[in-house]
Amino acid sequence: MTAAAQRSSPVELAISTRRQAGSGALIGYLPVGFPDLDTSIEAAVALVENGVDVLELGLPYSDPVMDGTVIQQATQAALAGGFRLRHGFEAVAAITARVAAPVLVMTYWNPVVQFGVDRFADELVTAGGAGLITPDLIPDEAGEWLATSDRTGLDRVFLAAPSSTDARLAQAVEKSRGFVYAVSTMGITGARSDVDTAARGLVNRLRGVGATSTCVGLGISTPEQVREVLAYADGAIVGSMLVKALQEGGVDAVGRAAAHLATGK
Amino acid sequence: MALRDELGPYFGEYGGRFVPESLIAALDELDAAYQAAREDPVFQEELAELHRTYTGRPSIITEVPRFAKHAGGARIILKREDLNHTGSHKINNVLGQALVARRLGKTRLIAETGAGQHGVATATAAALFGMECVVYMGEVDTERQALNVARMRLLGATVIPVTTGSRTLKDAINEALRDWVANVENTHYLLGTVAGPHPFPVMVRDFHKIIGEEARAQVLELTGALPDAVAACVGGGSNAMGIFHAFLDDPSVDLYGYEAAGEGHLTERHAATITRGRPGVLHGARSYMLQDEDGQTIESHSISAGLDYPGVGPEHAWLADIGRAKYLPITDDEAMQALRLLSLTEGIIPAIESAHALAGVIKLGKELGPDATILVNLSGRGDKDMETAGKYFDILDAEALAAEDVAPIDPSELGMSDGGVER
Repeated sequence: MTAAAQRSSPVELAISTRRQAGSGALIGYLPVGFPDLDTSIEAAVALVENGVDVLELGLPYSDPVMDGTVIQQATQAALAGGFRLRHGFEAVAAITARVAAPVLVMTYWNPVVQFGVDRFADELVTAGGAGLITPDLIPDEAGEWLATSDRTGLDRVFLAAPSSTDARLAQAVEKSRGFVYAVSTMGITGARSDVDTAARGLVNRLRGVGATSTCVGLGISTPEQVREVLAYADGAIVGSMLVKALQEGGVDAVGRAAAHLATGK
Repeated sequence: MALRDELGPYFGEYGGRFVPESLIAALDELDAAYQAAREDPVFQEELAELHRTYTGRPSIITEVPRFAKHAGGARIILKREDLNHTGSHKINNVLGQALVARRLGKTRLIAETGAGQHGVATATAAALFGMECVVYMGEVDTERQALNVARMRLLGATVIPVTTGSRTLKDAINEALRDWVANVENTHYLLGTVAGPHPFPVMVRDFHKIIGEEARAQVLELTGALPDAVAACVGGGSNAMGIFHAFLDDPSVDLYGYEAAGEGHLTERHAATITRGRPGVLHGARSYMLQDEDGQTIESHSISAGLDYPGVGPEHAWLADIGRAKYLPITDDEAMQALRLLSLTEGIIPAIESAHALAGVIKLGKELGPDATILVNLSGRGDKDMETAGKYFDILDAEALAAEDVAPIDPSELGMSDGGVER
């Protein structure tokens, strides 16, 4: 029996608990090390204290092709400020010591490869992390990570896009654990006035191939959009809007922003 | 299996598709269209006709005996890709991909560019095919290659300076990928080298392999034998794969790729990816790359903007690992001296990129001796590099240039009351 089979996914549990309460989960993204390591930890804690159910902690990377300007600028500032991978594990440990919400790490693939997939997973488990969201790793290329996440029981969140074929959606559902990340629009991260109608269709297609835990991300920045998404999906993921709040008003502002978003749950 | 038959997506442990899921459908569509085009005689004839009537193919070979005296007396033969329309080998790939894009019904071409050569070639193809064109170029590069920016604009392209990250070629690729994710429906990303996710490394190589196929026959005809060595510069590696490919299964022919060592491959300012890097994932493929301990990409440096890239195509990574090709570092200064030597001895001003191959061949010729024949890919011409070369050798009449720049016309003729021109 693999570790994965023995251990239930805390992320999936957090999401289904919210679903059973008649709503869905709010998932909040912030990068580690922005504006500095300590403040990023405080900000993540503030998200949970203000209604965020699952944390998505981003590891700053030199070539973030999935990110729009807000997150690019924040992660670039974190790198310039001396971000190192070990700070990611330190942040996860510090946050999970203070709040109960599960913490997923969002990382581009090369840092994991260089750290060593096994070593990365083991350190993440030790720090209390729940798993990885991998924006530039598709299941087809993820052999090593599939084996390692099975061994450690870590969650693995793969992306599904409006352009994905049904066969690829089925693969994303089969290989993901925790949830499937439904990309709301053909694009990159950043707030949008309308969350694409493509998101609803994509979530329906994912359900059609067996998805039980699907969260929608990209472009969500208001409580109204959160409510709209939770009407058909299991969770709503917010990133750029929170990063902007942190950048402009610090920890207090990002806490208020989370509380405001949570009114849409 | 012959080495020439490798079709990806992997070359040994290198290659693959490390991209967001949103791009997979577009890559699948491109792969299918390219596979169909590859087998389609109509497509092949269309491309061949363009090469005959537009590119200027076949490009000639030129033997350079006066230059060769400085390279141990070996017989040195240049493959003249510098004589192609737009001034480099880049047009081979651009015309091929633009034809594929047209078959896919795409109306918009986007591209990254470093020195501007690939951007100019892409803007050229877009003008020829009546397509919209957007070129991403690092802000640093738009400043050091202002003339090529003007060329692209004249050809109708929109040039977008990229202000994120290191503001150079690698960031231009990131920005082009972001554009592509958002606009895949009508847009083809015309990647300019043998890197990136599958099918780009194979497709770009195939569009450039005509270089080696022509040269192999031309050298055989000229000398009655295959060359002992084939040499090319390597940044991303497209011109090198282009000339290497036809020789991969000729065991008597040694292959040499010369990487940009900048201020020295043992300093921190170089672009010698295979010499100094280690395997990792960058821009959609697993290959050698310059990176720190955490896997963050390190900025490269080369006097040649076209080689100033911290990655390299996956097929080169594989050829290096299996020992089929050797990759050696050439410094900025070695390249610049070779540029001057070819200019002085043969009346051919090479691009600084190609001068890295020439510098390598000066050393190689001395090792192999006068009985050897070496084929070199002269991948581009040096017109674009005159300002860099002029400053490097201190032969630029700076005052005259400045005067020309500041006052192209008498301001009073424009009725400017203050008589000054803001610059």
